[in-house]
Order: sequence, then C-alpha cells, then structure tokens
Amino acid sequence: MNSDKIKTSTQVGLFVTCLADLIRPQIGFAAVALLEHAGCTVRVPRNQTCCGQPALNSGDSVSTIAIAKTVIKTFAQDDYVIAPSGSCVDTICHKYPELFHNDALWAGRARALAAKTWELTSFLVEVMELQQVEATYDGVCSYHDSCSGLRELGIHDQPRQLLASVVGLELKEMNENNVCCGFGGLFSVKYPDISTRMVSNKCANIGHSGVDTLLGGDLGCLLNIAGRLRREGAPVRVFHVAEVLAGMTDGPAIGEGESGS
Amino acid sequence: MSAAASQKVAFRERTTRALRDSNLQQAMGKARGGFIEKRLEAMAALPEFDETRDAARDIKDHVLANLDGYLELYEQKVIENGGQVHWARTAEEACQIVADICREANAQVVTKGKSMVSEEMHLNSVLEAAGLKVVETDLGEYIVQLAGETPSHIIAPAVHKTREQITELFHEHHSKLGYTDRVTQREALVNEARSVLRGTFVTADVGITGANFLVAETGANIIVTNEGNGDLTSSLPRVHIVTAGIEKVIPSLDDLSVLLRVLARSATGQEMSAYTSLYSGPRQDTDSEGPEAYHVVLLDNGRSTMLGGDYRPMLRCIRCGACLNHCPVYSAIGGHAYGWVYSGPMGSVLTPLLNGFDDSVDLPNACTLNGRCKAVCPVRIPLSDLLLKHRLEQYRRRLTPLFGRFLVRAWAWVATRPRLYQGLMALPLWLMHRRGRRRGALEHIPFAGGWTDSRDFPTPAGRSFIRQWHSRKGKS
Ligand code: SF4
Repeated sequence: MNSDKIKTSTQVGLFVTCLADLIRPQIGFAAVALLEHAGCTVRVPRNQTCCGQPALNSGDSVSTIAIAKTVIKTFAQDDYVIAPSGSCVDTICHKYPELFHNDALWAGRARALAAKTWELTSFLVEVMELQQVEATYDGVCSYHDSCSGLRELGIHDQPRQLLASVVGLELKEMNENNVCCGFGGLFSVKYPDISTRMVSNKCANIGHSGVDTLLGGDLGCLLNIAGRLRREGAPVRVFHVAEVLAGMTDGPAIGEGESGS
Repeated sequence: MSAAASQKVAFRERTTRALRDSNLQQAMGKARGGFIEKRLEAMAALPEFDETRDAARDIKDHVLANLDGYLELYEQKVIENGGQVHWARTAEEACQIVADICREANAQVVTKGKSMVSEEMHLNSVLEAAGLKVVETDLGEYIVQLAGETPSHIIAPAVHKTREQITELFHEHHSKLGYTDRVTQREALVNEARSVLRGTFVTADVGITGANFLVAETGANIIVTNEGNGDLTSSLPRVHIVTAGIEKVIPSLDDLSVLLRVLARSATGQEMSAYTSLYSGPRQDTDSEGPEAYHVVLLDNGRSTMLGGDYRPMLRCIRCGACLNHCPVYSAIGGHAYGWVYSGPMGSVLTPLLNGFDDSVDLPNACTLNGRCKAVCPVRIPLSDLLLKHRLEQYRRRLTPLFGRFLVRAWAWVATRPRLYQGLMALPLWLMHRRGRRRGALEHIPFAGGWTDSRDFPTPAGRSFIRQWHSRKGKS
C-alpha cells in the first residue's frame, strides 16, 4: 500500500473507557493491538477515568463539565482520540460541545476534541482504511448494534466489514439487532425490572438466531447481556468486537470463569 | 412523603403491575412488530420520505415562530365560515366552555370522536357530572370507555387489550342489548360495535371531535381516521365542537398535504388513512347536512410557555405515535404506567411540561436514551435529547433523591483525580475479582441489588487496564 508511510505516522490517544479499564482490560490491549496493526502510534495517557456519562445522565451538569474538562486536557496533544465504545464517543462528540454553550473558550476546546475523536471500528475502517485483520475465530456470531453508536455515529457496517475478514467466523444477524438491550447505564440499576424485560427480549432474539457467540462494540451492553445470558443458563459466549478482531479470544469470554465455564 | 416521592412509588408500582400483567404483555408483544414493519414498508415505498420529514419539520417550525398570526387568521376564517372560536388557558376552562355549549344546546347525548386533547381535559367526567350521556365512537376509545379505562396509546387507545379481553367486554355490555353471541373475529367485533353505536349517532345532540390539523388559510379542521366515525360524530348532531391544542394550526392546504404524507406512514404505515375529512363550519343554506352550530375550543394548557423555551420542538408533534411504537420501554410497560394521557417518549417529554415537573420525576429517567424515538419522529423532534434536558432540569430543581445526587457528585470528584481514582478502585476490583474469578460472574454485588436480582455481574479483572499498561511500560 502506497499510503503506508503516512499511516505509520498516525498518532492516536487511547481513551479506554471506564468500564473496559476496570472490568475488561483485555479490550484495551485489543484496541492497542488493532491500532498498531493499522499503523498507528498509540499513547495511553495515565490521566483518564470516565467520559462522565453517569453524571450527565443523572442530570448533573456541574460534575459532567468537570469531568469533560479533564478529558479535554488529557487528550489535547493527540492527533486522534480513539475509544472502544460508541456511547462514550457520542458523549464526547455530541454532548461535550453542548455543555459549554455559555463558555466560548471551552466550547472551542470541546469541539476540537469532538472533531478528532472516533469509535474504534469506524476509525479503523474510515480513517485508517483497514480492510482486514489477522485473526481466527471458530464460531457463529451475531452482532448487537449499540444504540448511540448506531444512531448517533452511524456505526453498523464498519465492525461487520472487519469481522468478515476473521477466518472461521460466520456472522448471522438476529431479529431486532438494533433494539436497545436495556442497559442504559444507571437505568439498569434504577429500573431493574424494566431493564430485565428488555434484556430478556434481547436474549430471546439471541437464542432464536441459534448463534454461539454474541459480539458488540460497547462493554456496558455486553455486561448486561452476558449477565442475563448466564443467569438464564444460555451457552452463548460474549466478546467485545475488538477482542475478536485482535484474536484475543483464548481466555474466558465476558462472564466466563477461569475454567472456561 | 413529598409529592415527588409518592409519584415515584406509584410509577414503580404501575410498572411492576404492567410487567406482571400477562394480557398486557401479550397484547403489547403482538402490536410491537406490526407497527414497525408496516412503517418500514411505507418508508421504502416513498424514496423522498426523509426529505418530506424535513419539510414537515420546517412547516411546523415556521408556524411555531409565527403562532399568534396564524391563530388569528384561523379564528377570522372560522368566524367567516359561521363558526365560533373559544380560547381556553387551562383544561378546566376548556371543560367549562364545552359544558356551557352543551347546556345552551339543551343537550342530553354527546358523541365523541377520538381527541387526545379532550383526554387531557378529562372532559368525559366533567360532562357526565353535568348529567350528559357521553359515548365514544372510535372503536378503541369505545373499548376503553366500556372498560372504564383511559387510552394507553395516542392512536391505538386499546392496544393494551387482547382480542379475548375485548370479546368478553363486549359480551358483558352488549348481551343485554340482544347481542348474546360471543364474537371473536376482528371484523365481527367492529360490526357489533358499529351496530350498537348506530342508534346513538342519530340521537346525539352534540358531537365532539379532535383535530389533526387546523388550516389557517381556510379555517378548516382536518381529522384523519380509519373508521369514518369522525364524520358521523361531526355531521349528524346539531352542534359540532372541536377541541384542539393551539399548536395544531398550520398555514395552508399545501402544508397539509406534506404533513399528511408523513403522518399516516409514521403512524400505521399506511400511505393515507382511510378517511381524511375537512370540516369548515356549520351547515350553509346550500348544504343538505351538517351541524347547525360549530365551535372550536383551543386549549393552551402550558403550550404557550413551551413556545418560548428549549422545549419548543416538542410542539411540532403531530401525534403519530411512532415514538411509542418504537420505544422498548413503552413496549414493556404499556401506556397506563406513565400515569397521564400521553405516554411513551412524547409523553415523557410532555407530561412534566404540561402537568408539572414535581409529579413526573420518573418519566424522563425511566429511559435508556437509546434514541430510537428521535430516529423515527416524522417531524424530527430530538426526543431523547429533550429527555436528557429534563434530567438536567430536575437536577437543578433538586427533584431527584438527595443521596443519589450526592453519590454522583462524590464519584465525579474522584473521577476528575485520576491517580486517586485508580488508587481507590484497586481494592474493590481485586476483591470482586477474588470472589468471582472461578465462576466468572458474581451473583450479587453491593449497591446494585436490582441488577443482580435478574442478572449476573461479569467478574472484573483483578487490575485495571491503566495500571497494567503503565506497569508493563514501566518495566519494559
Ligand atoms: S413525538 Fe414525533 S414520533 Fe412521537 S408522536 Fe409526536 S410526531 Fe409522532
């Protein structure tokens, strides 16, 4: 590829997101591996925690603004900022600029961050023009389109395009793959019975599709779905799409024990 | 207990009841797929659907920016056509106006077409208290009236009922009128209701309908139905009363054709509803039928306040119901759980604005902000963004529980100090990892019992990504 030279110099900052950071670090390592494979130099700043969605969705703009400023400062130096989550990227790209509508200076900074922030799979496909990955996965998978990624960022084809290059992987769409899984962050804790109904519908659709693996691009949704699948005793494995694309599927899937059960 | 707290309990009780109601769940499950598929087909058949939505949005925005002018023009036209326009600031005022008109007409029987504004006014109970017999003529409204309930959906009032329930309801109420057989087929149910209602249509003194649109340039009132009951309700009685919100006015018949193109497609997936009727006023000398008197009651009830603020886009709503049909929360709990006339996403935005913030704290929160409503709205109302705006407003007004607000503040304080955050998270992560490592998931976690009542919580890795990354980098 003649554009290799330019691409090897693409510098990105990784915003790993709080859930991946705390619960499933492997998603962070997978993201780094994929970005490097695509020719990026990856920086992982230590000064990062969360994008602030829990505060924003609780209506606390003061806290959200404080967190947003931290994120903006942390990634000021990077050429691109990449996160393995549609919903965190939506927050940075669409919610941050609005938070500062009374503050021209920070609004400008927020817009600058928004302009260079991308969800992982869409960045790999659209900016790095990555056509394929070097990974193998033996299984029939369905892809759950997370809401913010799908509707606010237009992420649908990008992960599927990359998954098509994974050796041994068969992608099978399930019914209602664009319907919310009922996670909604604090919603799932505040309104657990409504959330349970929604995730049960999701699991029923997964069951009907007959797949053995569920993939998605947002760990929040995947924790919710994997947690419910486990409680129902359904033998479906759940991975973040980055883990599969990076070939990091030898260990336990989300919610699986070390023995692999 | 504060009003907000009692409402909260009530909302939770209502949702729990709804989730356990097997009839409701069955009916909602059946309705869900149908509406969505039909809308998709209708969209596919109209390639310029998205452009038409933009045009529809622009028309409504234009009206809202010039509402006074269009309302005045509309009133003038209605008067020229021989009708009268009444302005009501509140629901009570509107009820009073309607009751007075009925009294002056010496009315005894009132027939009603579907009108969500009359539901917003609680008009039926006011008229019944005044001694009138009120009969709903829209099939769905008729069903909920027989059942002593309120509509659970703005265009499909009885969507929460199964066909079996309707069969039983009709049998209970109609057998004394001579309809002793239980009818189970949709067609037969419709015919039975029609035949029962036929007698009422001719005896009614006053007919009350809503309005989908009010056309300023002609003074016409437009009603779209699939049953034609609107025509009988408005033209047979001596007096026709239209109840409508002030935001229903549109400039011209050209605008009407644009809005009709998106309305039925979004609502039921039809190209056009079966009946689109225009009413322009009382019977003229040359007319063979029509009412002797024609009144329009225009209700404000909080709408003009919305006009000046951030929630103005909500006034674009044409009550198509698409946001309800596509809302997974609505589909799980049905319309009654929302506690007021409007339900689903549009209800969760409107209810706090029209009915007070304090009494509807749960509505904007009982939502995952999944944005499907916003994606399907034919007039592009950013519903999920408005729900988030409500949450910010609630926080400012301190309507949400103090403890929750404190927790979020404290967590955010830590989250803006990454080193401290990473240090504080280390121990709980390690403990949870120790406990759940073998199984891979925890069956219970503290402070999130609601989650683990029905779901496992996947076990965290023992060390965070940031710590692992930086210790690796440090060593290498
Ligand atoms: S908010 Fe939009 S989708 Fe919902 S009823 Fe109104 S017009 Fe239809």
